[in-house]
Amino acid sequence: MNRYPIWKYLTLLAALVIGLLYTLPNFYGESPAVQVAGAKSTVKIDHSVLEAVQDLLSRNDIHPTGAVFEQNGPVGAIRVRFDSTDVQLKAKDLIEKSLNPDPSDPGYTVALNLMPASPNWLTALGAHPMYLGLDLRGGVHFLLQVDMHGALVSRYDSLTNDVRTTLRDAKLESIGVERSDLSIVATFSSAQARDEAATALRRALPDMQFINGSQSGGQFALNARLTDAAITQVQTSALSRNITTLHNRINELGVAEPVIQQQGADRIVVQLPGVQDVAKAKEILGRTATLEIRMVDDSPTATAALRSGAVPFGLERYEDRDGRPLLLRRQVILTGENLQDAQPGRDQQTQQPSVNLTLDSKGSRIFRDVTRNNINKRMAIVLFENNKGEVVTAPVIRSEIPGGQVQITGSMTAQEAADTALLLRAGALAAPMNIIEERTIGPSLGADNIAKGFYSTLYGFIAIAVFIILYYHLFGIFSTLGLAFNVLLLLAVLSMLQATLTLPGIAAIALTLGMAIDANVLINERIREELRAGASPQQAIHLGFERAWGTILDSNLTTLIVGVALLAFGTGPIRGFAVVHCIGILTSMFSSVVGVRGLANLWYGRRRKLQSISIGQIWKPKE
Amino acid sequence: MEFFRIHRTIPFMRHALVLNLISLVTFLLAVFFIVTRGFHLSIEFTGGTVMEVHYQQAAQVDEIRNAINELGYSDFQVQNFGTSQDIMIRLPIRDGENSATQSDTVFKALKAQVADVELRRVEFVGPQIGEELMHNGLMALLFVVIGIMLYLGFRFEWKFALAGVVANLHDVVIILGFFAFFQWEFSLAVLAGVLAVLGYSVNESVVIMDRIRENFRKQRKASVQEIINSAITQTISRTVITHGSTQMMVLSMLFFGGPTLHYFSLALTIGIWFGIYSSVFVAAAIAMWLGVKREDLVKPIKKEDPAQEIL
Repeated sequence: MNRYPIWKYLTLLAALVIGLLYTLPNFYGESPAVQVAGAKSTVKIDHSVLEAVQDLLSRNDIHPTGAVFEQNGPVGAIRVRFDSTDVQLKAKDLIEKSLNPDPSDPGYTVALNLMPASPNWLTALGAHPMYLGLDLRGGVHFLLQVDMHGALVSRYDSLTNDVRTTLRDAKLESIGVERSDLSIVATFSSAQARDEAATALRRALPDMQFINGSQSGGQFALNARLTDAAITQVQTSALSRNITTLHNRINELGVAEPVIQQQGADRIVVQLPGVQDVAKAKEILGRTATLEIRMVDDSPTATAALRSGAVPFGLERYEDRDGRPLLLRRQVILTGENLQDAQPGRDQQTQQPSVNLTLDSKGSRIFRDVTRNNINKRMAIVLFENNKGEVVTAPVIRSEIPGGQVQITGSMTAQEAADTALLLRAGALAAPMNIIEERTIGPSLGADNIAKGFYSTLYGFIAIAVFIILYYHLFGIFSTLGLAFNVLLLLAVLSMLQATLTLPGIAAIALTLGMAIDANVLINERIREELRAGASPQQAIHLGFERAWGTILDSNLTTLIVGVALLAFGTGPIRGFAVVHCIGILTSMFSSVVGVRGLANLWYGRRRKLQSISIGQIWKPKE
Repeated sequence: MEFFRIHRTIPFMRHALVLNLISLVTFLLAVFFIVTRGFHLSIEFTGGTVMEVHYQQAAQVDEIRNAINELGYSDFQVQNFGTSQDIMIRLPIRDGENSATQSDTVFKALKAQVADVELRRVEFVGPQIGEELMHNGLMALLFVVIGIMLYLGFRFEWKFALAGVVANLHDVVIILGFFAFFQWEFSLAVLAGVLAVLGYSVNESVVIMDRIRENFRKQRKASVQEIINSAITQTISRTVITHGSTQMMVLSMLFFGGPTLHYFSLALTIGIWFGIYSSVFVAAAIAMWLGVKREDLVKPIKKEDPAQEIL
């Protein structure tokens, strides 16, 4: 009766092997690495850069132990791993020199870094180490609140202009158009004028709802508000634009594994492991990149001046992405403030990839006037970052462009179009942000925390193991093995999920172990009880496991309810605790009920005439 | 080795009334301290800045106080933390000053005093976060209580569900009472610990209830009180061994886990001991006062497995 079918043993064996494989990467630690990322958002990192770097290293007889390309959201990064820090430093200098020939204007950031040192075959299996939380590895954590009210106010401001323009274009006279908090109020001298305006505005601005307002002293008001859908859209786009911008900026810091996540409807979490200089991190997060549209001077005098290297008065020299110089007029036609949106698309006639810009009403008007007066001239879109401008694109104006819808086509691929659109969108923060939570943990404290968490769990485990083995003999050894199996599975599952391990997470591992022993105690006590009641050893094992199961299930499920509640309502440290706690309950049920039973079956199951089992002394009251 | 050589059923329920009165008094005392003394909440709840700095030599707490005083702070704390070289500084939120300038100016002032001071940790929490945490904590508590009552009500019976929840809340309130009385720091980790105790303590009650149900099925002639007594007697060795093991782990965290885990494991320790007490004397006794009967628990099983009864 105490025999498992062969598939059950195989399942256990498979669980053991998978557990070992996925836990293994956590023990290799980290090895020195060099990280290459784009220093500007116009520099794109992809596989070709990786190949170039590898090629460069092998030509100089440096052999990295691993090299990966990682796409983290919209931005890519390359990381190359080395044996020792000496090689790492040598490689860094080499890469730096080759990628950034001009140190005053770096296109790439080349930073020293750490990378998991697990062998390549494990990585190929998808076995990665767990992420360590900031409290374990040191770093900076920010919680940023996006000012949604601010985002809406600026949207209403630009819509107020749109309303004015629409009325002017339709030749409808109004007394005034003003923004009042989060609505726009337009006043007219007659009910008829108001109704006509409402019809025209509804057609021009589908995102808005127009409601007739108060009428007093011959003034007829029309109230306009954004529809709920439009408000949600403004908010989500503000948030995602801010996240994209943060991504681009943090990449400049050369941080490995930065976390930039949306939290709730209006918050962004930024975690920068290993960064110690909080002031610099804050400065970079708060910085703004700006977009400008200027005219290109292609006149013969300007071209001649460009060739000779002189810059005539009133012009400025910029380079485009391929390093070609251009002379631009100093006068700025439009800035990023007038840009509402940028999306990649395709030209309707030629099917060429394009970038479609949407300007606000003020921008549209200026753009219309400028394009009308400058047909067949070139206009440049310049992105300023770090106070350095770079021409993203400089198309020729073919015709007057009214309506604020600008399409940029040229020799670009669909990917380039998407990147440019992203770049233009991401140039500046869409809405102001405030830091509402900040945590900095020094690297020595992180290392301390790991050691403390690890040793306290280890000592606790040893204490439990010694006690249980003394008390239950062989079954105590089974229980201890089951407990070790539980830790293995727990770590493997956490590694598979790529969970972030924090100090409360380690506490949860310890607590899970302390509580998982409960199932073993229940089973062992039950077996003893059956033996005491006169059952044969085989029967006692069978009944012990079977009868304890119901209790184990009940007690673990109630604990799981608590775990789920913590997961649902917890934030920060509580969440880290809850994730481990919940997974630990599940793995402990498996390991103690299926795993320990497997051991007991393997050891005792085949013996027909089993006289006694080693489960410690069974004491019976004398009758 | 066997710790428990129990000759006969121990009459746990004989003194149930007295013990329940003691429970009630402890509970009321805990509530009293929570109300009058309140909690020493960590900055996660109150908002503000915490800085942890490390000195190469023993730190001069008074000089650090002076330095911060000169910056114009009045309501701040400086205390040793762990060792004499580690100092923890708490600053309240000041209007018109963001987290960056606050920790930077203070650290610069400290650095001017002693050059080799090392900044180990900075934590800044805005005022809006604290309220949310409180709200979420209470929501979690509510969710847990309702979830456990539903589960126990479904799996056992409403009397047990009520008894279990009362016993658990009793544990939680007593832990909170300890934190209020000693003014230990109540942080998010402690909140996690308190809620974990909730699960742990239910777990304990469930094991006993399971046994009570089983004994109702087996011992058909015994009275309710005898059944509860024998159920607790049969599980007492498991109770002590399990909790002993868990306590070993928690003590290990208490001694070796460092300051972050200190109060967390302290909350668990109190929770474990009161958890044992409450499931033996409070949960079972309340179920008894509520008049739990054989018919409440045994009926549905009869149909399933009549052979079990004959055995």
